[in-house]
Amino acid sequence: MKALRWHGKGDIRCDTVPDPQIEQPRDAIIKVTSCAICGSDLHLYDHFMPGMKKGDIMGHEFMGEVVEVGQEAKSKLKVGDRVVIPFTIICGECDQCKRGNFSVCERTNRNAELAATAFGHTTAGLFGYTHLTGGYPGGQAEYVRVPFADTTHIKVPNGLTDEQVLFLGDIFPTGWQAAVQCDIQPTDTVAIWGAGPVGQMAIRSAILLGAKQVIAIDRLPERLSMAKAGGAITINFDEESVIERLNQLTQGKGPEKCIDAVGMESHVSLRQPDTIYDRAKQAVMLESDRPHVLREMIYVCRPAGVISVPGVYGGLVDKLPFGAVMNKGLTIRTGQTHVNRWSDDLLRRIEEGQIDPSFVITHTVGLEQGPEMYEIFRDKKDGCIKVVLKTS
Amino acid sequence: MAHHREGRSHGHHNNSSAHALAQGLGWFSIALGAIEVFGGRSVARWLGMEQHETLIRAYGVREIVKGVGILTSKDPTPWVWGRVAGDALDLATLGKGLSDPRAHRDNVMIAMGAVAGATALDIYCANALTGESDRSNREQRWDYSDRSGLPRSPNEMRGAARDFEMPRDMRIPDALRPWTQPQAPGTPQPSM
Repeated sequence: MKALRWHGKGDIRCDTVPDPQIEQPRDAIIKVTSCAICGSDLHLYDHFMPGMKKGDIMGHEFMGEVVEVGQEAKSKLKVGDRVVIPFTIICGECDQCKRGNFSVCERTNRNAELAATAFGHTTAGLFGYTHLTGGYPGGQAEYVRVPFADTTHIKVPNGLTDEQVLFLGDIFPTGWQAAVQCDIQPTDTVAIWGAGPVGQMAIRSAILLGAKQVIAIDRLPERLSMAKAGGAITINFDEESVIERLNQLTQGKGPEKCIDAVGMESHVSLRQPDTIYDRAKQAVMLESDRPHVLREMIYVCRPAGVISVPGVYGGLVDKLPFGAVMNKGLTIRTGQTHVNRWSDDLLRRIEEGQIDPSFVITHTVGLEQGPEMYEIFRDKKDGCIKVVLKTS
Repeated sequence: MAHHREGRSHGHHNNSSAHALAQGLGWFSIALGAIEVFGGRSVARWLGMEQHETLIRAYGVREIVKGVGILTSKDPTPWVWGRVAGDALDLATLGKGLSDPRAHRDNVMIAMGAVAGATALDIYCANALTGESDRSNREQRWDYSDRSGLPRSPNEMRGAARDFEMPRDMRIPDALRPWTQPQAPGTPQPSM
């Protein structure tokens, strides 16, 4: 089969590899119909996340048709079922899964010791996202083996297109959880850093959850135009001060809720000297992540406010003003997305027409064009916001 | 390419002056590195920092590696940022020399001035490289103002998901939301 494989920094290739096989009784094999390149794939592409090996298959946002089912998954899945696969692999039985904390499932990471060494405890296994999270082959391929398939799937009806439901596997519930973590009240201003795909979903989620005012912060006009279409007031940080504008929009009080949809690769600019400091430290491996957005959120967030972090961080950050966090009494909520916790509700909202997540797709190409789309997406060329790859 | 795209675009321009500057910095790195490696003793004497001769040679190797990196890589941006970090190390080492009575203070000051100038150029170049693709993208404007993803205007859709049941573990404690929760009579007030 064809699959997009990581060969090193900035080097993704469409290779021919052996088809996956059933390995465990709870496995299923999925024939992928659509998959997407996620913003967090770029952290792998740029090699800011450790733990990749040459030849790893990329991709954690995908869907398709079940073509083979392991013995113990047959009670929940059958050949021909149409499914979206959540990027977090879940057992459904451990303490964390029972609490709905699926992204920290205790049993699905087959490299749990590695993760525990890095993070203190293991997190869930993820598709196509380093060997720290299990080293599972990803979904940017024609076929995928889905471990724990009886619990790791979202069945979708045939009446909806791939484009409408594909993002149930990651960016839609990620943006939704980012907003839910804010416990949005009707009087709230929600400020969202980053108007990429997750930021766009967070904007719509905050609107649907009833925020009084949603503010999107980015520098790319095409992203800001899409953010504005979703109901956000926009701030272009290349043209104006984020702090001043946010204070102006909140009568000097600051936004009650702040969402970081940027993560470890925040933009480097002379207007923000700390970003230069971070980039230089990153270049000599004295810091792994660039936390400018976290610093700005902590500074501007209203005292007793909430900071929600769906953006991916991988390791160590420097000069984080934790004194401000403590003295302002901020609540920080973070985490990979507990996809299955939200997927039924979000699927219902798509079916009822409350939202159509396909609005975010700007490029649809064949799987074999994936390598060049990684570069276009990374460099934000050609108005690219979200890439969908089709296998046939 | 089966390319689906529905934005509107205007104009395109590509700026490669930052890449030309990076090439210059790459050759400069190699030349400076060679001087430090092969003339490490002379440089150390001139600075009055003979005890740092080995360190100066090591910095020279670092400069050569970065120079080669800049000149041979497809994207020189991280290498130029690496030069910025190297400049900081150089300044820190020279700054330490200022407090050493054996050092030739005037020569150290001259060297620090030269490194500061190079640092400014490196930061300018690294920033320009980082922003180059952004600028060309910005000039090619894409407009997605017709893509709300919502069936009605955002204002009409505001609060449409209020039927969502907030999980207990994600609720903000009442005491932390005084701006939205009017104090009920008899609610305990925080004490100092």
